[in-house]
Amino acid sequence: MSSTAVNDSPLIDKKGGRPKTSPSPWKPKKNKKEREDFPGLRSLNGKWGYLFVAPFIVMFIIFGMFPVLYSTVIAFYEFDPLAGAGGLSLEGQTFVGFENFIYLLQDDRLYTAIGNTFDIWFWSTFPQMVISIGLAAVLRNRFLKAKTFWRTILLVPNITSVLAVAIVFGQLFGREFGIINWVLGLFGVDNIDFVEDPLASHIAIATMITWRWAGYNALIFLASMLAIPDELYESASLDGASAWQQFRYVTLPGLRNTITFTLIVGTIGGLQVFAEPLTLAGTTDGGSTHQLLTLTMFLYDSAFGASSKWGYGAAVGIIITIIVLIVSLVNFLVTRKLASGEAK
Amino acid sequence: MTTLEAKPPVIKLPRRRRPKWQKVGLGGYIALTVMALLSMFPFYWMLIVASNGTEEVSKIPPTMIPGPRFFTVIENVYKVVDFNVALMNTVIVGFTVAVAQVLFSALSGFAFAKLNFKARRGLILFVIGTMMLPSQLGIIPLYMLVSGFGWIDTLNALIVPALVTAFGVFWMRQVIDAQVPNEMLEAASIDGAGVLRIYWSIVLPIISQSSFVLGLFSFLATWNDFLWPNLVLQSPGSFTVQVAVQQLKASYFIDYALNLGGAFMATAPLLLLFVFVGRRLVSGVMDGAVKG
Repeated sequence: MSSTAVNDSPLIDKKGGRPKTSPSPWKPKKNKKEREDFPGLRSLNGKWGYLFVAPFIVMFIIFGMFPVLYSTVIAFYEFDPLAGAGGLSLEGQTFVGFENFIYLLQDDRLYTAIGNTFDIWFWSTFPQMVISIGLAAVLRNRFLKAKTFWRTILLVPNITSVLAVAIVFGQLFGREFGIINWVLGLFGVDNIDFVEDPLASHIAIATMITWRWAGYNALIFLASMLAIPDELYESASLDGASAWQQFRYVTLPGLRNTITFTLIVGTIGGLQVFAEPLTLAGTTDGGSTHQLLTLTMFLYDSAFGASSKWGYGAAVGIIITIIVLIVSLVNFLVTRKLASGEAK
Repeated sequence: MTTLEAKPPVIKLPRRRRPKWQKVGLGGYIALTVMALLSMFPFYWMLIVASNGTEEVSKIPPTMIPGPRFFTVIENVYKVVDFNVALMNTVIVGFTVAVAQVLFSALSGFAFAKLNFKARRGLILFVIGTMMLPSQLGIIPLYMLVSGFGWIDTLNALIVPALVTAFGVFWMRQVIDAQVPNEMLEAASIDGAGVLRIYWSIVLPIISQSSFVLGLFSFLATWNDFLWPNLVLQSPGSFTVQVAVQQLKASYFIDYALNLGGAFMATAPLLLLFVFVGRRLVSGVMDGAVKG
């Protein structure tokens, strides 16, 4: 009791002091910025805030932040889980400096994994974006019958297990007896090997991802389309804009933020693809020519596959993180540039 | 502002024009129907293969109607792995994680949205920042940590690390910020309600709908998680549904009927759940979208 009171007193002083002091020239600005959020219940002092976030922060530090930080330590060791003292101990492990990273950058599998991951990302992102926005445009229509039914049924793929879906699609994409090859055969296409052929296998994975997320993203786009005021459409329609022109000049600009958001979320998710390629390839190394090895599979294969090179696996994790950060930054810069370009 | 002034003369013209851009053509319905069929087909296909057996389905053209072998296949699934135990484990983990995430997220979401404390802004930025990090980055140390606690091959390995997530807290902060009126909190505070009472009697009832949606999403994510459970669970007694399905692959040749039977078993409970909560999930996704 007494200890919390001691801890609290400087905070109370500061909170209590702030409104009374005469505002210096820069202060009102700062206050205004804070006002955008609710400044907080005035009658309540700081201790409750800390108390309320404490369980989350403590758990988050132990199970969220600590592993992330500690993996940067492990990446500098030749970490063999069977040697040493076990648990988190570094005892008995060999410090190797940047060696893991040097080997990693010379490892062909890294570049294969990066290429595969981005190829899958490409084939799963852009067709899906078109499908989702198209569906949302239909769903937005005020005169659509059975609205809730359509919205609900489109969300079904998203709630089901990635593994179960990967197993079903693996069968559907089968070389000899798969339904997809059968349908393609009706159009005169020869049987495609959706496991061994690099491009075909990437498209197979992309199909699973698109199937899972197209409906979900359609709902996201729909929500954002419903937020575009009707007046914009009415005046565009008055100006004689066709349905396509209204879509192009009213709907699409209104979706810009949502498209960015979906792209970033999709990219972070896309760089973590794991269960689908693992199931289709059947092995953690991504198949005979590593054609299905993604970055996450590479991490998993290094650390928990045939050999247990934890230091190496941790280094792969750090490379993945660097790629995610670069891609997010590029995403951010490109959209900002597009946004300012259109403003001109 | 200007639209208000302009309204009286304009209002009649667009009314006449409206139907022109709002008709749903046949093409729209066809597109929706095709997507709906594609969405449902893999589930139907699980049933077809599982009930006909692999040989039947390898015929050309393939069978499209359910066959008689369904229960035989399910029996075979049970011979490989005890699915009841797996279902039970998954429900225990999913339910615990869902409840814990809602409680912890609402608690800190409330603090981040409505309470005044010095580190608030810094902490929330920190939380949002960590959401960018890929989840597998920490998987090796997490494995060490969990094995250090002696949790390998126990459900604790799945439950404890999942009790809180940055996403849940961020989501709850947005929800509470948008749904709980500040005036109500001020009024209650002036009336002498303490912060715990405000949280319990005002905030929680207002956000109950959104809490339910967050809980559902956590439950679904836990149910479908595969990478981590596959890593830390080793014996059939602790398997979750996804790990159990993975065991079916381990036999020496790929028995599609067996595999898709397992996939069906892993999916059917979710489809059943979806019948009851689908609409709420839809509105949950769409609400989240507007704020995001």
